[in-house]
Amino acid sequence: MIYLELFWSFFQIGLFSIGGGYAALPLIREQVTVTHQWLDMTAFIDIVTISQMTPGPIAINAATFVGTQVGGIPGAIIATVGCVTPSCIIVLFLAWLYYKYRQMTIMQGVLSGLRPAVVALIASAGLSILLTAFWKDGVVTPNFSDIDFMAVILFGVALVILRKWKPNPIYVMIGTGVVGGVIYGFGFA
Amino acid sequence: MKKDAKFYGKLFGSTFTLSAFTFGGGYVIVPLMRQKFVEKYHWIEEEEIMDLTAIAQSAPGPIAVNASILIGYRLAGVFGALLTMLGTVLPPLIIISVISLFYQIFRDSTAVSAVMRGMQAGVAAVITDVVISMGIKVAKTKSVISILVMAGAFFASWFLNVNVAIIVIVCGVIGALRVVYSHKKKGGAEA
Repeated sequence: MIYLELFWSFFQIGLFSIGGGYAALPLIREQVTVTHQWLDMTAFIDIVTISQMTPGPIAINAATFVGTQVGGIPGAIIATVGCVTPSCIIVLFLAWLYYKYRQMTIMQGVLSGLRPAVVALIASAGLSILLTAFWKDGVVTPNFSDIDFMAVILFGVALVILRKWKPNPIYVMIGTGVVGGVIYGFGFA
Repeated sequence: MKKDAKFYGKLFGSTFTLSAFTFGGGYVIVPLMRQKFVEKYHWIEEEEIMDLTAIAQSAPGPIAVNASILIGYRLAGVFGALLTMLGTVLPPLIIISVISLFYQIFRDSTAVSAVMRGMQAGVAAVITDVVISMGIKVAKTKSVISILVMAGAFFASWFLNVNVAIIVIVCGVIGALRVVYSHKKKGGAEA
């Protein structure tokens, strides 16, 4: 039963990918190219590329892509449901715990330790996106000429606008996308 | 706030739009949620966003999905959580279903990759902005331990590649110990 296999496969991916971002990648690769051989390696790399170009979590993108290839739209839906089921159960339980006990002194202590850690983790993820944006091929080199100065300027202007006028971040992302489309698309940089 | 059809519509619509713009990994959802639910609608507190992010990070599954479940639960219970989860899952489901029909054209399109290159700089700016805002908040507490925890967590994540779940757990334990210790100290002084 292909739908059951899809569900179970992405259920495991959802359950064991902790840490977000690309932590799920090796797990997805294992499930879809080795255990089930739904995709070959080239198609898998394509998913990763497309995931970088489209919004949404890579695990959901992979679930939809693999599901469509293997079982059409129903396949996509079932794989996606499988992927979010573990999150749904575990996170709902944690949410219940958090709102029940957050006034407790010890819980306040735990949270006071978590808040600075969250800032650090977002900073770390942000830095890797920053470096990918600044170096032409996404590979950081000590070579000055490999730096994409257009991206640096775009970043700087966007940051100043965000700090100064606090607009909706979505508009800033669309704005840099449009400017990038013109600059890179027509070969100005 | 009134929990009528309009409220649920707003809740679903917000998570749907946010998810449609979560480029470059799940972390962008944090500044987006902050803008929408803290600054625009005033539905939740700034500090709560940080707590929810910590929970979303340390639980299994995509951060964006986890964060939306938490927000939905906070605002409208289990039904709210299911609603926001649906709102978060639908955009990638629709977009990838469509793209998978002609994904080779999409993948090789220079126009798409040009727009994406520009957007990457924007995403980096949005994340940097929220890190500056949140970092200032932590620094303003003037707590040496908080600032050390922030520096230590960054070091562990960036230089040592430690799994985020481990970092979250260790920092939580440090926070708990600090409370226990300061209680003991207070108790001792009174005695």
